[in-house]
Amino acid sequence: MGEKLVEVDNLRKYFQVKGRGGRKQYVQAVENVSLFINKGETLGLVGESGCGKTTLGRTIIRLYEPTSGRITYGGEVISDVENHISVNMLPYRRKMQIIFQDPSASLDPRMTVGEIIGEALDIHKLCASKQDRTDRIRELLDKVGLNTEHSNRFPHEFSGGQQQRIGIARALAVDPEFIVCDEPISALDVSIQSQVVNMLEDLQEELGLTYLFIAHDISVVRHISNRIGVMYLGCLVELSESYELCNNPIHPYTKTLMSAVPLPDPIKSRANKRILLEGDVPSPINPPSGCRFHTRCPYASERCRQEMPALKEYSPGHYAACHMLEG
Amino acid sequence: MAEDNKKLLEVKDLAVSFFTPAGEVKAVNGISYSLGYNEVMGVVGESGSGKSVEAYAIMGLLQSPGRVIGGSITFEGRDVLAFNEEERRQFRGNECSMIFQNPMTCLNPVYTIGNQLMEALTCHDSGISKDEARNRAIEMLEKVGINNASKRVDQYPHEFSGGMRQRAMIAMALITRPKLLIADEPTTALDVTIQAQILELMKELQEKENTSIIFITHNLGVVAEICDKVSVMYAGNIIEQGDVNDIFYSPQHPYTKGLLASMPRLDAEGHERLIPIEGTPIDLLNPPAGCNFGPRCAECMKVCTRMKPPYAEMENGHRSACWLHFMGNKGKEDE
Repeated sequence: MGEKLVEVDNLRKYFQVKGRGGRKQYVQAVENVSLFINKGETLGLVGESGCGKTTLGRTIIRLYEPTSGRITYGGEVISDVENHISVNMLPYRRKMQIIFQDPSASLDPRMTVGEIIGEALDIHKLCASKQDRTDRIRELLDKVGLNTEHSNRFPHEFSGGQQQRIGIARALAVDPEFIVCDEPISALDVSIQSQVVNMLEDLQEELGLTYLFIAHDISVVRHISNRIGVMYLGCLVELSESYELCNNPIHPYTKTLMSAVPLPDPIKSRANKRILLEGDVPSPINPPSGCRFHTRCPYASERCRQEMPALKEYSPGHYAACHMLEG
Repeated sequence: MAEDNKKLLEVKDLAVSFFTPAGEVKAVNGISYSLGYNEVMGVVGESGSGKSVEAYAIMGLLQSPGRVIGGSITFEGRDVLAFNEEERRQFRGNECSMIFQNPMTCLNPVYTIGNQLMEALTCHDSGISKDEARNRAIEMLEKVGINNASKRVDQYPHEFSGGMRQRAMIAMALITRPKLLIADEPTTALDVTIQAQILELMKELQEKENTSIIFITHNLGVVAEICDKVSVMYAGNIIEQGDVNDIFYSPQHPYTKGLLASMPRLDAEGHERLIPIEGTPIDLLNPPAGCNFGPRCAECMKVCTRMKPPYAEMENGHRSACWLHFMGNKGKEDE
């Protein structure tokens, strides 16, 4: 711990869309996010749908090209838009991998499981011989708790939980250091979710992996993460050690989010005083001026409407972006 | 509270099968429960456990190749399964309505929200004038917390956000003042903050309108918050049912215990490893002999692989279908 593996500075990602009359408009999916991920830790990202958490994850491993900002991996700059640095990603793909949300959509239905996992091995030329390759595929299947005979089957022959295991085996094929887990369990049944969560934890321990764990289920993120970042409409609004964040949130949005989670405990959940937000998340095409949360924030002041708050450290390791906290 | 004793809905040994080319799928395999007036019952289970199919059977919405093959459904003393088309049409909407998981696929995109709300009214009450129906629609939209309802009523579903569409769905379901509302995963497609809004709304409306609700979900947190009693379903059977406190504080069936232990909790102290339920849900085409949960159960005994477990009745209507209650440790020693 302590050594930064991934570092992101002032990252922005805008997507161009066509507005009315063919005018160019931009979806401001990620707005000025700075964070770092230590080696061996799990950083959780939570937020509502459309808050940019997936886009952030994909931009970090450069599946999307950033609009501005800098991404550093293991001390080397892999993208810096201002200084026109953009390295060849192929060697880095061996180190950074991703697990997708919908396992059935992220596996090619016309390839067998062996081919799906083997493709990564071929691209990076990791296996000297055919035998090597078969052995490696078997080893990977074994590692994710699948039968080694399964390598000749097609994805549709598996259940959702097993498909997700295939996706994980594919990500592990190249011996990565860093894996972006993009909602890896939200498509799974409740009783299967915990199997996959435990497996991800075991693999992390065994292989020394670093995770960026993206999910909207806060209980799961809290369980698996060392630190959690909360996003709202493209902005990182709070970032802290996970226990601290859930028990002592300081940003008004995080407070609402935590109070909204239904607890599986009848007495506690009925005693839970909810902070209810008015309305819905505004559009990221025309985000509100100033603090993006001000339209729904019960404490919004004039300053919030005009000036975007910066992420500041309020107690050791606990960052938040809110004018109210500055006093 | 005197009314509480009377039963609004009684389901007895209901069985629904789907006759597929591959064979008969027993989606619901003999379930029984009753629901009183002003009561909220949660039905929890994984996908494929039959929780939605059971609701469709009550509403008469089962589609071929699905068929009710046994049991009875009684609503206020009347046999729901024996209704003819017209009676069923009157029952649906007037006395019992349903809200679905995905509001976008359940709202007609080419009609305005107001139109769809008014349709529910005029279908069931031909005497109502258009103006009156429109006023009722606006009033209902206000009730479910849609601002600016008199303008919103003329908008189309695509102009509504996800949370508002679900509110509109609820308005549509409740506009005829049904006695029973079946909510099939109404908050699953929504974000937590929107889910919180919808749950608060449903609680408030339930108190005001005294509607009984069957709340189908896989989210135990939602159940804990809103339901009075809970039925836990696994592979077509209700394996445990009882009062919400009994289910959460003293679960009896290994599956219920397993579900509660496998969930990470926001209120947990420190980091505890999750205890997953091993294995995968059973294939309903080839169900195991004996207990459906047997193949995944850590405490599976010999008898579990041979015979279906009966219910063990406990206090307060709490019951659980597991051989453990009958065998205790004796069953294990036999092996």
